[in-house]
Amino acid sequence: MTRIPLRPLARILDARTKGENPDTIERENLRLRHEQMRDKSRGRAQLRLVVLALCFSSAYGLIGARMGMLAATQPVEPRSASASNEIEASRADIVDRNGRVLATNMLTHALYVQTRDLIDPAHAAHELAQIFPDLDEKTLLRRFTDGRSFLWVKKVLSPEQMQKVHEIGDPGLLFGPREMRLYPNGTLAAHVLGGATFGAEGVDSAEVIGTAGLEKFEDARLRDPAQAGTPLVTSLDLTVQTTVEEVLQTGMTMMNAKGGAAILMDVNTGEVISLAALPTFDPNDRPANPVSGDPSESPLFNRAVQGIYELGSTFKIFAVSQAMELGLVNPDTLVDANAPMRWGKFKINEFEGHNYGPLLSVADVIAKSSNVGTAHIALMIGGERQQAFLRKMGLFDASPIELVEAKGAKPLLPKRWADIVTITASYGHGVGGSPMNLASAYATIANGGIKVTPTLLKRTTPMQGERIISQKTASLAVGMMRRVVTEGTASLAEVPGYFVAGKTGTAEKPKKGGGYDHDKVVNTFASVFPANNPKYVLVVTLDEPVETTGPKPRRTAGWTAVPVAAEIVRRTAPLLGLRPQLEASTLDGVTAVKQ
Amino acid sequence: MRPLLYVLSFLAVMGLGFWAYRENYTTQDSLSEVSELQDEIANLRESLTVQRAEWAYLNRPARLRDLATINFDRLGLLPMEPSQFGTAAMISFPPPAVKSSLDLNAPQAVSGVLNADPEGTTP
Repeated sequence: MTRIPLRPLARILDARTKGENPDTIERENLRLRHEQMRDKSRGRAQLRLVVLALCFSSAYGLIGARMGMLAATQPVEPRSASASNEIEASRADIVDRNGRVLATNMLTHALYVQTRDLIDPAHAAHELAQIFPDLDEKTLLRRFTDGRSFLWVKKVLSPEQMQKVHEIGDPGLLFGPREMRLYPNGTLAAHVLGGATFGAEGVDSAEVIGTAGLEKFEDARLRDPAQAGTPLVTSLDLTVQTTVEEVLQTGMTMMNAKGGAAILMDVNTGEVISLAALPTFDPNDRPANPVSGDPSESPLFNRAVQGIYELGSTFKIFAVSQAMELGLVNPDTLVDANAPMRWGKFKINEFEGHNYGPLLSVADVIAKSSNVGTAHIALMIGGERQQAFLRKMGLFDASPIELVEAKGAKPLLPKRWADIVTITASYGHGVGGSPMNLASAYATIANGGIKVTPTLLKRTTPMQGERIISQKTASLAVGMMRRVVTEGTASLAEVPGYFVAGKTGTAEKPKKGGGYDHDKVVNTFASVFPANNPKYVLVVTLDEPVETTGPKPRRTAGWTAVPVAAEIVRRTAPLLGLRPQLEASTLDGVTAVKQ
Repeated sequence: MRPLLYVLSFLAVMGLGFWAYRENYTTQDSLSEVSELQDEIANLRESLTVQRAEWAYLNRPARLRDLATINFDRLGLLPMEPSQFGTAAMISFPPPAVKSSLDLNAPQAVSGVLNADPEGTTP
C-alpha cells in the first residue's frame, strides 16, 4: 500500500494558486487515512470473532454429537473384544516344570434354597437327605421353615448329585455356578500346593483364595486377571516328586519313623525339584487346622520348611569350610580330638564314648564325625566370625522359599553366643534350623561357594549370588563329604556311578522338662551328587526313626536317613537325566592326596 | 427437467432407506452371531478345562504306577534305574555300504539272486 502524503506538494501549490486553503487538503487526506485504518482493524476483529465462533461451535458440536450418540444407542453389557481364557479361568493353573498340571479349576455348582419358592419343604428335605448322607433331614426341614428366605445347602456338587437334585423338581432348589480348585494328583506335593477355599460367596460366583503353601504365597499372582491365562510354572518335577515321596514313605515305614522330609535342589539355579514332607494330606479335602495339641503332629505340618530341628553333625562341614577359607587349617592339618573335652563345667563327648584322638586330620574329623575335633576348629574361628558365616549361609533367617509357612519358621538361636555355644553350634547342637535352611547352605557349598537362594518357581538362569567361600574351599569341602561316604559314617549312601558326597547328622530331641531324650532322635543326611561336578543337593530328614534289624535298635543317621537318601538318589538321578559315571574321571583333591 | 429431478431424488431416498433398513438387520444378525460364537467359545473352553483336568487326573502318577503293576505281564515296565543307561558303543552300526565300481549316474543292467533271508546277511 502506498502511503499518500498528507500535504502533497503538487496539490498544495495548485490550491494556493487557486486561493483555496491548503489545510482542507491535509484534513481530507487525514480523514481518508483514518478510514483506512478503521476498516483494517474492523476486518481483523471480525476474523477473530469468526475463528472463535468456529472453535466454540465445533467444541459444542462434538459434545452434542457424543451426547446424542450416547442417548440414541441401546445400553449393552460391556464385553471383551475377544473371548479369552480369562473369562473362564479366574484363577491361574499351577503346573510343574514340564507343564504337567498340579492345580487347576473345574466348574461345578453350589446348591442353595429360596424357601419362599419351596412347594413341599418336607419332601425336599427328605430327598436331599437321601442324596447327601451327611445332611440331616430334620435339621434341613427346620432350616427350611424357620422363616429365613435364603440358605446355602452344599458348596460343591458333582454332576450326578446335581442331576438327582434336578429330579426332585422343586423350584425352590437352585444352583449357582462355582469354580472349584482341583488338585488332580491328590496328595502329591500337597505341602507345596497348600490348598484353596472359597472366599466371598455370591449366587453367581465365589472367589477362590489360597489357604496355605504356594497357593497363599502367590495368591495375588494367581488371582490377577491379567495373568489368569498363563499358568504359574513351578520348579517341581512331577515324576521326581512322585518317586521321592514313594521312596520316603517306604523308608519311613521301614525305619519306623513318625515323619520325614526330603528336599532335592538344583545347586546351580536354587530350584527345588522336589519337596516332600510326610505324613501328608489331600489338598482337595484339606483337613482343618489343628486347634489343640502339638501342631507338628498334624499332617498339615510341613517338616521340610516348618520343622525346626537341631541338625546335628551336618553343621560340621560349615565350621571346617570356614576354617579352610580363613586359612586356619587345610584337610591334612592335625587337630586335637582327645575326647572327652572339658570346657568350663561342660564335657564334650564323642558318639558312644569313642575317642578318635589324640590327634586327627581335619578330613578325618569330618569322615569320623568328631565332635571334639570340630569344637577345637570352631574355637580357632571364634564366635563372632562363626556367627557371621552361618548368617551369610542363611542359617539364621527364615528360608526365603515361596511358601507362606516358611516366614514363620525362624531358626532357633541362643540369646547369647557364649563360647560353649560356639562349640556346640559347630556340631549342630544348641541351634535349630529347618531342612530347607540346611539344603540351601549345602547348595551354596556345592555351587562352588556362591550363595544359593532356594525357589519353588522355575528359574532358568544360574544363581547370581554373593560368593561366600572360594571355589577351592568349596571343592575341598565336597571332597571331604565324599570321604564320609567312601570311608566314614555314611557308607550306605554309595550309589555306583553317582559319587554321592554328604554328611550325616543325628540329634536327640530336647525333652519338655529340659535335657535330651536318648530314644527320640532326628536323623538328617545332607548330600551332594555327583561329587566330581555337583549338580543336586538332597537333604533327607527322618523324625524319630529306629532301625530294628540288628541285635539292638540303631538310631544313627548312617543306619536310617542314609539308606533312604541312597535309594532316592538311585531312583531319581536317572529321571533327572544324570548318566552314571562308570569310571572315576577326576577325583577330588583331598581324596587324591590322601590315597 | 425439474420434475424428473424430483422423481429421481425421491427414488434415491427410497433406495437408500431400503439399503439402510437391510444393513441394520444384517448388523444385528452379525452381532447376535458373534455373541452366540462367544458363548460357544466359552463353553468349549470350559469343557477344555474339564478335559485337561480329567487328563491330569487320569495320568496322575499313582494311577499310572498301579496300571503298570497290574499290566506287568504284558508291559514289563519297571522303575527307571541307572543300569538302564546305555552307551553309543552298545548300538550295532549299520552294515557298511557296498562299494561299487559302476557309474551310478548312467543306466545300469543289474541282475542277481535274492537271498531268502535278507536279515541273516546283516550282522
